[in-house]
Order: sequence, then structure tokens, then C-alpha cells
Amino acid sequence: METMLVKMVSITKKFPGVIANRNVDFELKAGQIHALLGENGAGKSTLMSVLTGLYMPDDGEIHIKGRKVSFTSPRDAISAGIGMVHQHFRLVNSFSVAENIVMGSSSEGFLIDMHEAEKKLAAFSEDYGLNVIPKAKVWQLSVGEQQRVEIVKMLYRGAEILVLDEPTAVLTPQESRELFATLRRMTDRGKGVIVITHKLQEVMENADRITVLRDGQSVATFNVRDTNPKELAQAMVGRDITGSYELPEITKCETILQLKNLSAYGDRGQIALKEINLAVRRGEIVGLAGVAGNGQKELAEVIAGLREVAGGKLHFLGKDYTGKSVRQIVDAGVSLIPEDRLGTGLVGSLDAVSNSILKNYRLKDAGRGWFINWRSVRKCTDKLVKDYDVKLTRLEAPVKLLSGGNLQKLLLAREMSNNPEIIVAVYPARGLDIGAIETVRNTLLKQREQGKAIVLISEELEELFALSDRIAVIHEGEIMGTVDRDCLDLNEIGMMMAGERKELANGRVASS
Amino acid sequence: MAGLLAVKGRALTIEKRGDISKAAMILNPILSVALALLVGGTFLVLTGHDPLEIYSTMLKGAFGSAYGLSETVVKAIPLLLSGLAVSVAFRMQLWNIGAEGQLYFGAIAATWVALFHADGSRIIVLSMMVGAAFVAGGLWAMIAAIPRAFFKVNETITTLMLNYVAILYSNYLIYGPWKDPEGYNFPLTAIFPESAVLPVLGTSRIHFGLFFGLAAALILYVALWHTKWGYEIRVIGESPVAARYAGMNIVKNILIVMFISGGLAGIAGMAEVSGISQRLQPGLSPGYGYTAIIVAWLARLNPFTMLGVSFIFGGLLVGGYTMQTSGLPAALVSMLQGAILFFVLGGEIFTKYRLVLTGGDRKEV
Repeated sequence: METMLVKMVSITKKFPGVIANRNVDFELKAGQIHALLGENGAGKSTLMSVLTGLYMPDDGEIHIKGRKVSFTSPRDAISAGIGMVHQHFRLVNSFSVAENIVMGSSSEGFLIDMHEAEKKLAAFSEDYGLNVIPKAKVWQLSVGEQQRVEIVKMLYRGAEILVLDEPTAVLTPQESRELFATLRRMTDRGKGVIVITHKLQEVMENADRITVLRDGQSVATFNVRDTNPKELAQAMVGRDITGSYELPEITKCETILQLKNLSAYGDRGQIALKEINLAVRRGEIVGLAGVAGNGQKELAEVIAGLREVAGGKLHFLGKDYTGKSVRQIVDAGVSLIPEDRLGTGLVGSLDAVSNSILKNYRLKDAGRGWFINWRSVRKCTDKLVKDYDVKLTRLEAPVKLLSGGNLQKLLLAREMSNNPEIIVAVYPARGLDIGAIETVRNTLLKQREQGKAIVLISEELEELFALSDRIAVIHEGEIMGTVDRDCLDLNEIGMMMAGERKELANGRVASS
Repeated sequence: MAGLLAVKGRALTIEKRGDISKAAMILNPILSVALALLVGGTFLVLTGHDPLEIYSTMLKGAFGSAYGLSETVVKAIPLLLSGLAVSVAFRMQLWNIGAEGQLYFGAIAATWVALFHADGSRIIVLSMMVGAAFVAGGLWAMIAAIPRAFFKVNETITTLMLNYVAILYSNYLIYGPWKDPEGYNFPLTAIFPESAVLPVLGTSRIHFGLFFGLAAALILYVALWHTKWGYEIRVIGESPVAARYAGMNIVKNILIVMFISGGLAGIAGMAEVSGISQRLQPGLSPGYGYTAIIVAWLARLNPFTMLGVSFIFGGLLVGGYTMQTSGLPAALVSMLQGAILFFVLGGEIFTKYRLVLTGGDRKEV
């Protein structure tokens, strides 16, 4: 009989204004790799933080190997045999591998026999096929090696249950394969592994069971052999792709935004965009579909001038803007609605009035010469806030006190007030309530009617299907193809998101 | 967040407050100073002194007479100028700990003008001294600012280290090339000519540097809150990511702000040599550049609040001297200053966070 390692019953976790988990049930069996699948904000990380003792649930029970537990700290969870490997490693760079692993381990006494520990460790890592060198310093290791150190650390502390948060996000494909081989060796020895991810392909290849979370609720649990990527994708994004908007016909001849063979590097120096070709015309919304982390963020940043162009050209209104400064690009009429509203798009500690001129403070609108005319700025802000129905107690309160929806409305209000030519919206509706989502969508549609060129980056296919004239699909920094609104097909888009080129995906759908 | 103290499923945790209340912002420094005086008082009792008597001597010494008051203002002038200097940098999260050295370089440059180029009317010589001091202080700050702006070299360390260089260089000049040939070999420069000495108020020692301080506070206030440049500085300070997104030039502003910061500290140095000592001499500043850091924080970087805070700290210095003349160690005064900073910065956390009991019933502590 299979042992039940973890049983979470009806877990509810609330944060001010959000229910992150609502009556979520979750079970992990010994000897299995269990994937926790869901979009950003679906509640995966919260659920695992509850399991690993970082958060205390507001409601619900946790049983470990049949025994009911209540964790008040990560230490409790570790002593119950639960180890977590975070996305950002918790290692001391200047320490050796062995030192990192022994450090903080409760089984050690006051004095540590490093030599003994190193020997133990070497034997241990060989057993699991985890090739770590005990004497190496952490800063000398690659990201994949550091991850192995984290895993060994958890095993060393006696973890029976290993939780990994997006483990392959930082790995090369080769390293990913090695990682899953290691995880498989662990489950063969009766341990249990939970992998938080949103990569469908990886889940299909490596997991035994899959639980899909959406909006803080558990949608379903599948055995991997009884399901397919399409079913999982639908469970992740919600079944119905309806509620499409009527897009009024607009003559869209003039190309305003053009990327020609554009390449760029990511934050870690990897190639993030590979020879992208994309043209957006006046009065057109081009949706960019793709699983998160496939180059969407980098694409938006390149257009906004925030990321260097490594190759190719960037044209606005027929003029070359490759390598131009952010300021020149802003002045050219490019508006970025960033993913990170508070922090990038708005300054949290400043008030709505100050935030309202972030983009146009240099212009006459903000005041003549060197000075800012706060009185007139305040009046304009007041109008913007009313027009976009931003709910705030007073204009002078720091904007960090606003809810996500109101922040986004304020951000949209500001960006649209500058009358941009090109709008790049990155996950503009993520985490918002229905009302704010409507505002976002209506704003984009209105801008489309006014003849703006819009790039809409979203993880929600429903949103993309509803709003886009065309959808381009990005996978590992390459455009897999572009599909017109009239020919949209969920399966085809899904295939392309998983990395098949349009021609192939098309053929596959037609023959099925 | 993990519990600080966990007992049976309950834990005492720190939680971020929403809006920071006005009352907390005002009460915090007052309570902090009170606590610091209490701790200082405990030390005084332990060393066999009567704290009430000592505190009242201090108060009387600093604020109890016309002479005391004027001396307090005299000390407040360099504190105000260098407090303003560091606060501009702090606002942009540039940790300029080098006001002391920048002050010395300002003094050196002013002395150079006074000793070698003082032929002209008083107003021209003094203007030249102010200009030279500003540029010298600013350039001295640039040595730390350039690596900071282009290579992210930690400016806290470089500005601090440059202080020692500046002080030693000033000593080199005083003991070496600039030593007064008629000064009986004392380590002093020649006394400044009349045209290089700042005018004073009546018969007091309060010199024209006071107006430099007041003007600087006013200009900084207007620049920071009412100009486009000041807006950039505040946005960069609060959120560099948002500043970049808005197309602001962060590197350029780091250089500008550090130059202004160093320049203001330089003017503090000019005011000291021209208004007080009237020559360059060792020990020009009893650590004004460091005390200025405390002043700037206590004033929450607000130029107008800084007027009051530097006055109080001037009083603390003068009160300290009064106590020394009545036989108390100077270290006690430094300790009191330290205690005040400790409690104010420590108290800061309670304006931004609050303690919360979690697990069982949620209750604020």
C-alpha cells in the first residue's frame, strides 16, 4: 500500500484583502513526484508556505504520515521531515558546500567535525547521484550545482518530503533533466517530492500526479497517464474561453511598431529573445501568448528601452530607435504598463499627485521652466482619479496604500493622459478584481479605436482571445507564429506555447 | 514572517503599519530623547552625579544666557550646513559620511583664497572664498561619487576614508607650507586679512554663516519640492527602478547630488575658518560632519526641521563644554548624543511597524 506522506485538508489562508487559499485539499504519496500546477497568483506558493511552516493557515489541517501537525515555524516543518528548496537559494556564498550544509543543522553539537561531515556528505551525495564537491566554495558553483547543494542540505537534515519552488526556472534543459533524474532516485527510495511549476511539458514528462490550482482553489488532481497538456491548460486558465469583445473594424495600414530580427539577453546573460520579428499597426492589439518566463518580460523591456538591444532593429513610426535612451523612447510616445505596478510603474511612498507626473514632469504640463506647478498638477490628478474611478482616501496619501485594482487604474490613467502612440501592457489584469479588469480592457479597446498600436502580454488566453486582433506566441524567446483573430484555435495556440512552430501545430490540429 | 517568540501556536510578530500616523512621527523623537536622557541619567547616577543638577547646568549653559544662546547658534551654523549637505545625499540613498572631510576641504580652499588672493573688497574676497569652498568640497565628494555612479563602489566606505585624508592634508598644510612664518613655529596659518573675515552680529560671535545656513535650507526646500530636478531626486531616492522606467538619468544625478552635498559641507568649513578661527588650524571641526548625520536623521531630512534640530545639538555641544568646565568628562556628552541617535533610530521601527500577537486571537500589543 502507498503511504500517505502529506495530507492537507481544507486549507484556507487569507491575507488582507485576498484569499490566497480557499479550502484546498492536497495529498502527497510516498514514492511520487507531485506537480503543483497553476498560473502566477493561483496560490501554489502560499500552499507550500503553509506546508513548510512559513505561514500558519487560518483554517484546515495538516497531517504528516498520518499524524496531525501544527507548525509555528519552518524549523518545526524541517524536524517533521519537510525540506524546501526556494527559487532563491539560501546559501552563504563565501562558505564551502560542506559548511553550508552543516550550518544550522540541529543534529550537530556545538563543535563541528568538518572532516567527518565532508566524508559523510560525499558518501551521501554519491548515493543520490548528486555530484557535489564538499570543499568547493558556493560562489564557484553554477546555478545548477548550487541547487544540488540545497537539495543535499535538505536530505542531510533528514527531509522525507522535498518541496521545490520552480526548480527549472534557472536551469538549462540539460540541468533540468539531471534534476528530475535525481528527484526520481529520491522517490525510488520512498521519499516524496512536490514541484511547484507552470511548465506543462515538464510536468507531463516527469511527474506522477498533478494538482492544478486556480484562484486559490484546487481545481483537480490528475494522474499523469490519464491526462494530456490540453486538459491541464484548460484546468489552469479556466474552461470557458468566451465573452469575446466586438472589435470594431479599423483600417490598420500604417505600421507603428516594428521589431526586426531583434535579439536581447536576459538578466543572467542568457539569450532571452532570438531574432524576433513583429509588426504592430495603428489600431491593432497584438496579443503575446506564452508560458511565463519565455521572453515576454524581456520583449516589453526592450521596446521600452529598459533592456539593451543585442541585435536587430527597433522602429517606432518608421524611425530607428535601436539603442536610444528610455527618455527618448518615452518622448517618442511609447508607454509601458509594467508588470510590477508598485515599484516600477508607481513610487509607493509618494502620493497620487506626485505619481501622476512620473512620465511627463519634464514637459510644460507639469509647470514652466525648472519649476513644478503643484496646484495645477493636483487639479489634473484629481480629474484623472475621477475619470478612471480610482478609489483613494485623499490625493496626498502614499499610493502604496491603494489596492491592486486602484493602483492599476491610476497607472493607466497616467499613461493614457500622455497620449501615447504605442502601448505595451504586461499582465495588465493580473491579480485584479472584476471591476478593475473591465477598466483595463475597456481602456485598451478605447486606445485601439483611437489608432494606437498595442502589445498585450498576458498569461490568460481568455483575455488574449477576447481582446487581440492577432495573437503571437512566444516560446523560449522565439515567435512560434502569429494567428489572426478569425482563425484562433485554443489547441493550436496551446501547441505553439509548448514550443511547436505554427506550421507544425496547425497540421497536428487538422489531422486530429 | 516567522514568530519572534513562539509559545503554543501563538507568536509575537512584527507587522508593517499602513499609513504612518502624524502622532507617531511627532511622539517618536520626543520619547526617544526622553529615553536617552533617562539612560544618560542612569549613567550619571552610577558615576555618582546628580543627573537633574547636571542636566540643568547643561540647559543653563546652552540656553540660559545671551552668551550661551549665541554660542549655541555659533555651533549650530556648521551643524546646519553640513546637516543639509548630508541630507541631500541621503535623500537619494547616497550615504555620504564624508561631510567632515568635505568641510575640511572647503576650509582649505577658503584659506587659500584668504592667504593668497585676498586683494579686493571684502564682498569679492568673501564671495570667492564661498565659491572656492563649494567647488573644493564638491570635488572632494566627486572622488567617491564617480566610482559610485559608474561602478557601484560603496560610497559609505570611500567617503569615510576620504575624511582622514582631508584632515591629514589640512594638517600637512598647517604644519608645512602654509605655516605662519611669524607664528613662532605654532601649527597655524597666518591670520586672515580683514577682507576675508565674515562679519558678525553685534558683539557676539554669531557670524554671517548663519545666513548661508538659512539660505541653503530655503533653496534646498524649494529645489527639492518645487522643481523638476528635485522631483527627480525624490523619485530616484524612493525607487530607482521607477526612476529608470520614467527615463531619469540616475548616474548624472548621483554626480550632481554628491557635488552639492560636498559643496554645502565645504561652505560649512569656509564659515568656520572665516567666521570663527580666522585662520586654518588643527582641530578645526570637533566632528561637525559626523554629528550632522545625527542632525539630518533626527530632522527626517527636512530642511526646516533641521534648523531646530541643529540648534538643539548646538546647545548640546555648548552644554557639554559647560559641564566640562564644572569637571565632568567630555565623553559623557558624546555618550548622550549617541544615546539619542540610538533611541531615535531604534524608535523608528515602531512608527513603521507594530508588534502583533498571532496564532490565537489577533491582538495588538
